[in-house]
Amino acid sequence: MDEEVRLMKGNEAIAHAAVRYGVDGYFGYPITPQSEVLETLEALMPWETTGMVVLQAESEVASINMVYGGAATGKAVMTSSSSPGISLMQEGLSYIAAGELPALVVNVMRGGPGLGTIHPSQADYHQATRGGGHGDYHFIVLAPSTVQEMADFVGLGFDLAFKYRTPAMILADGIVGQMMEKVVLPPQRPRRTEREIAEQCPWAVTGRPAGRRPNVMTTLELDSYKMEENNLRYQATYERIRRNEVRYEEYLTDDADYIFVAFGSMARICTKAIDDARSMGIRVGLVRPITLWPFPEKPLAELSKRVKGMLVVELNAGQMIDDVRIATSGRVPVEHFGRLGGIVPSPAEVTDALKKFISRI
Amino acid sequence: MAKFIGAVDINMERCKGCDLCVVACPCSVLSLQPKEVNNRGYHYAFAANAEACIGCAACATVCPDGCITVYRVTKQSE
Amino acid sequence: MNIDDIKRAENVVCTKPRLLNDNNMHYCPGCSHGVVHKLVAEVIEEMGAEHIAIGIAPVGCAVFAYNYIDIDWIEAAHGRAPAVATAAKRLNPDRLVFTYQGDGDLAAIGTAETIHAANRGENIAIIFINNAIYGMTGGQMAPTTLEGMKTSTTPYGRRVDLNGHPLRITELLAQLPGTCYVTRQSVHTPATVRKAKAAIRKAFENSMKGLGTSVVEIVSTCNSGWKMTPDKANKWMVDNMFPFYPPGDLKNTAAEK
Repeated sequence: MDEEVRLMKGNEAIAHAAVRYGVDGYFGYPITPQSEVLETLEALMPWETTGMVVLQAESEVASINMVYGGAATGKAVMTSSSSPGISLMQEGLSYIAAGELPALVVNVMRGGPGLGTIHPSQADYHQATRGGGHGDYHFIVLAPSTVQEMADFVGLGFDLAFKYRTPAMILADGIVGQMMEKVVLPPQRPRRTEREIAEQCPWAVTGRPAGRRPNVMTTLELDSYKMEENNLRYQATYERIRRNEVRYEEYLTDDADYIFVAFGSMARICTKAIDDARSMGIRVGLVRPITLWPFPEKPLAELSKRVKGMLVVELNAGQMIDDVRIATSGRVPVEHFGRLGGIVPSPAEVTDALKKFISRI
Repeated sequence: MAKFIGAVDINMERCKGCDLCVVACPCSVLSLQPKEVNNRGYHYAFAANAEACIGCAACATVCPDGCITVYRVTKQSE
Repeated sequence: MNIDDIKRAENVVCTKPRLLNDNNMHYCPGCSHGVVHKLVAEVIEEMGAEHIAIGIAPVGCAVFAYNYIDIDWIEAAHGRAPAVATAAKRLNPDRLVFTYQGDGDLAAIGTAETIHAANRGENIAIIFINNAIYGMTGGQMAPTTLEGMKTSTTPYGRRVDLNGHPLRITELLAQLPGTCYVTRQSVHTPATVRKAKAAIRKAFENSMKGLGTSVVEIVSTCNSGWKMTPDKANKWMVDNMFPFYPPGDLKNTAAEK
């Protein structure tokens, strides 16, 4: 398959991109608003072409443990789900992080807590950026705001996951998952051969050839000193990721007096709100974190030295605002605007919130 | 008539003195050390009656820790 | 005949399998786990399969199985071994993938994964150690704990009205079209050990032939948890476990395929 321009949903783009990246296995369970990922993969039947395994598991718990098992054998494996399903996967994610295994998890967020709503939300920000399960760990969190980024972040997510031996998450929301846009799909890459896996992943559990010591994937270590060493090794990896992999985008920040900080679908709405506000003479710009973990602290710290305030716009009750406040260390007023329960604010609502914010500070 | 003659080697440091080999032995070859213990404090098994061994390997088969090596030779009786 | 003439390499009829390494096993004296570990090591060795063997260790007493058998292992989260095995096998179909699980792991927390893997007919072998108790955590009630049996969480004996019934999950698995071979064995005598070994070998061979899921339950003892000597535990098992968990093949369609 060559590069191809198509019109499709974000969820469908994830599926197409996975096949074209040469992913070895997808294990998932249906949940709105991301079921199109599994549906599209089943329709594409990649086992007939690339040999990719696609399996509808009995639960999200099984899915993430299949990802753990597949990743332990050195394969490129992934799953996708939405908020309640991702909650069920937290134990498995903790194991995958502790096992230092590369894997890709897609969370197309819906509103919570509880069974909540199937409408869009960004309320899993804390869960995603703080690890979410038990123990001290992080994983790379990529926040797409376009269908193109849904496709691109599959490859990016796997590249980073294998580079650092860590899980990566695409943290999308129901809007990006469900909306249709033009997307450029990459050309087909071959899946890695067994030899390539043996070379690139000498730790992989593949069966022990004569002369090699057994490869054991375990996250258990009862010797506290060794367990501390393991933890320090994880933290060293996280530090390298923090140093090298921060990604973000700025829009009209050069002359800005005020800054919107928003990710995913809300960044798109803020872009429109900026145009509206600027037509009223308010100089406002946008910082869009693309990696939510590691968080773009530096650019926000720099901006906090010269702007008058930052408004963090999220589809939640105020989560990323914590990271913005940490990054800006109280130098400027930082406030939050958001809607809950699956309601998406209009650009006019956001502009209005900005005007009120300005009048308060 | 062929007769089997056997012998056992017991890895006394690996042995946990569980007694299962003693029970399994059809010829009452094995016993647990009544007083002596190994480095881990177990009364390990030993061939108290070595001459009776027929090399049937019942002891090694039931040993949970793989401590026992069994040897057997076939001797034609005169 | 001199004993040194008998103790020669060419006269060895039984010894520790090569794949069972020299690490001292943490199992209590007389624990059935040791025997089954030995059998797994012997079968893999005899099949010449160590280069393709992937074992999935559970949470429970056998969590450290990977410390004793020198093959590649994945240690799974509690109950999830069949899900882990599913992916390992589907992504590596030419590998020998088996799980090694206890009753709590397989029949309580991992019931869904067990049943669905078996119902999909995953080409894996499941070795199921049923000693009717949680050994690792100190002798609590298991799904397979017998009625009236005392454990640390049923100190007056399991009561059906309070704790529900013991679960014959192997019978349940035998009903599923995805399983090809379901058998119940034990390892308390030389003869039963040999039969159990043959069952494990058959299960491993079935999975390599792609016949579906094989389940080998080993009715086992937990002498520490049961608070008996190993020998008494074996006798108690025969008298009390066998009537409810009778040994024998429950299903063998592999022979027909």
